[in-house]
Amino acid sequence: MFVTILDIIISGLLLGGIYALIAVGLSLQYGVARVLNIAHGEFIMLGAFLTYTLFTGFKINPLISLVITGPAIFVVGFFLYRTLFARLRAVAPTVDAFEGNSMLACFGLLFIIQNVAILIWGAGIKGYSFWAEPVSLAGAKFAANRLITLFVALGICVAFYFFLSHTRLGKAIRASAQDPSTAGLMGVNINHVLALCFGLGSLMAGLGGTLISISYQIQPTMGLEYTVIALIVIVLGGLGSIPGSFIGGLVLGLVGSIVTYIDPGLSLVAYYVIFMLLLLAKPTGILGKS
Amino acid sequence: MSRQISNTHKIVVPIILILVLALLAAAPLFAPRYTIILMISIFMYVIITVSWTMFSGPTGYVSLASAAFFGAGVYTSALFGLKLPLPVIVPLGGLAGFVLALLVGALTLRLKGAYFVMFTFGLVELLLNFLLWWEINITGTTGRVVPPVSNSAVYYTMLGIFVAVVGSSYLINRSRYGLAMRCIGEYEEAAAHTGINVALYKIITFALSAFFMGAAGAIMATRWTYIDPHIAFNPLISFLPVLMAIFGGIGHLVGPIIGATIFTYLEEVLITKFPYYYMLIFGIIMLLAITYLPEGVVGLFQNLYKRLTGEKNGAA
Amino acid sequence: MVLLEGEKVTKFFGGLAAVTRVDFSVEPGEVIGLIGPNGAGKTTLFNLISATFPPTSGIIRLKGQKTSHLKPHQLCRRGVSRTFQNVKVFANVSALENVVLGAYFGTSGQVASGQAYDEASGLLDFVGLSDVKDTPAKDLTLSSQKRLEVARALATKPDLLLLDEIMVGLTPVEVSGAMDLIRSIRDRGVTVVMIEHIMKAIMNLCGRIIVLHHGVKIAEGTPKEIASSETVMKVYLGDRAHAVY
Repeated sequence: MFVTILDIIISGLLLGGIYALIAVGLSLQYGVARVLNIAHGEFIMLGAFLTYTLFTGFKINPLISLVITGPAIFVVGFFLYRTLFARLRAVAPTVDAFEGNSMLACFGLLFIIQNVAILIWGAGIKGYSFWAEPVSLAGAKFAANRLITLFVALGICVAFYFFLSHTRLGKAIRASAQDPSTAGLMGVNINHVLALCFGLGSLMAGLGGTLISISYQIQPTMGLEYTVIALIVIVLGGLGSIPGSFIGGLVLGLVGSIVTYIDPGLSLVAYYVIFMLLLLAKPTGILGKS
Repeated sequence: MSRQISNTHKIVVPIILILVLALLAAAPLFAPRYTIILMISIFMYVIITVSWTMFSGPTGYVSLASAAFFGAGVYTSALFGLKLPLPVIVPLGGLAGFVLALLVGALTLRLKGAYFVMFTFGLVELLLNFLLWWEINITGTTGRVVPPVSNSAVYYTMLGIFVAVVGSSYLINRSRYGLAMRCIGEYEEAAAHTGINVALYKIITFALSAFFMGAAGAIMATRWTYIDPHIAFNPLISFLPVLMAIFGGIGHLVGPIIGATIFTYLEEVLITKFPYYYMLIFGIIMLLAITYLPEGVVGLFQNLYKRLTGEKNGAA
Repeated sequence: MVLLEGEKVTKFFGGLAAVTRVDFSVEPGEVIGLIGPNGAGKTTLFNLISATFPPTSGIIRLKGQKTSHLKPHQLCRRGVSRTFQNVKVFANVSALENVVLGAYFGTSGQVASGQAYDEASGLLDFVGLSDVKDTPAKDLTLSSQKRLEVARALATKPDLLLLDEIMVGLTPVEVSGAMDLIRSIRDRGVTVVMIEHIMKAIMNLCGRIIVLHHGVKIAEGTPKEIASSETVMKVYLGDRAHAVY
């Protein structure tokens, strides 16, 4: 009995760690850069496939490839913001118009990225085996790769927390999130910070993809489901709250683990039920302002 | 001079429309089978795009759920196709879309637009997931069969829905309700204080647009004959109407029709030889349209026309 | 019968008290001024009266009936109409269509389109905008847009009209014109409550003035009483004495 509960909790944290990571990424993009990036899952997918190629083609350890896929996808996101979204921001009459247009642009990106991936890697399911041997933890058995994934995901989130609270750039980001115009007056290069935030969000997606590819099979169409989950998490945590996304991710992961124990096919349905309850009762989420 | 033009306008345009309609109605008698099948596809996308524009155009609430409503109609056909006749299935499919949209609208349209976008985006994936689970665990089926129907029957049903949706759109636009919807899109608060029941109007219009999508789905199901959740709920059907409406131009009724026709034709031409390239190209066109074509192709031509006639007359 | 009354009306936003235990009553036919420094809660009070959101506590009654459960469109049909501090005319629609919207939807019961357009035309004449009937609202001057908002509000046939700073940004000549317009509205039998910073208008038009400060009613009385009230002068008029002309 205790073993089952431990199993559920740790599985929940494994899932939640990844959810938290990708949700924090999306929160940076929507909460700060005001881009509702519905193509977020595609960046996750890119991270996953890059890792796959590095491992199967060049025998590079996926944990090591984190330092390759992360920056690579950061560059893609940064570049996209500087070219596409900065231009949309410049021509939009209002912030609302920019939000709407940038979301639609992401819709276009979704199809571009997904089909480029299919053209490169084919449409089928891929996977690789890495540190899949089981490890015993308090009587329950877990694959070593899943435990590593959990620690790495949590580690990245903690590192990011320290980055936000203790570095100048982190403070600039927090200022821009709260009040972009005042931050600009205080000497923050807003355009630079927003592009950085978008890039960081993509970086987190890429890292999330790497971690996902270690434990799960991957497919070019995998992105959509992760985008939906990330969206639910940022609503759950409170739109615009980065710590909220972190907590929300862990909470949703635990929920997912419990539901999977009862019936594996119903986890997305359960997430959506939570989404609906939120919209009915408290749309502002756990840490959102009322 | 302009008075005379608008009077001829009033006679000529209806005549042209009647001729076009007569041509479309007679087409199955003389046109090759391939053309009829292409027309059916064009009707399908025009219906979905015009329906999408009926709500998302004036209000600015971008619905990414078209595939969910269309799929609801497809699935209705799959569930009842063997038990009920076609003239019942099609409105039933429409009703399925209508009810689903009522629920979604009641839940999300009271809140900021971002929630609406997020909820509708995930809806297709949710329904897909749920129905897969249902079919595996509850009903034990792996896909269902829909009895096929003659091409002519499909064609005429689609023609009927096409006329209904374009006609409704036109009438609504000209009416006080269309005016109310456009004003809701600009300043919801001011519209409410002017006496408009904003929530009700948004929800009803949204549900109405979903009705047409569901009806179209119900009849299109007969063309695919084998339906499983993946076939019924295809995210591309949420993406394409948005692309077509934006490219064509949301402000004018003709915009979505033109956009849908162009892209359906492109898809037909490209889908066999370049299946993934064409989706890639559509994605790129989407980016270009958002960035450089804010008023769509129709808006572009309208502006060009204004500039040309303005120059001819000397002053604005 | 009292047209509008409020008892201990209070509104909290999170921990911030925007309006605290404000009492008020408005008789039919009055022109009431609502003044106070920026942030005093005046627009919040308007939002409460027009049912934009319900009060946290306290009661508001229109013609003797509670209004806190009503939605804005329902209250509009019962006879309350308003303008907005940041002008909210429907930009891409003509002036006439802006007003006709109010004629169509602002009253209970169906209005035929012919009648609605006639009423709208009449109201545009009334506010002095008859020559820009077909101009898109976004192409009108600010002063015209404010008049358009008034016309749109009047199209809903209100018993009570809430005017939120309609004279901001107007030239002295335009201010006089606006004052005449308000007098005409009063003469038509519409009760007016106006938020204004321009003292000339408040002192000359209003029979009674309510003064808010930090969400609390600190004074109420005739223009003479308010002008000589020490409390008010300390808090508000003292800084604005130069504006009394």
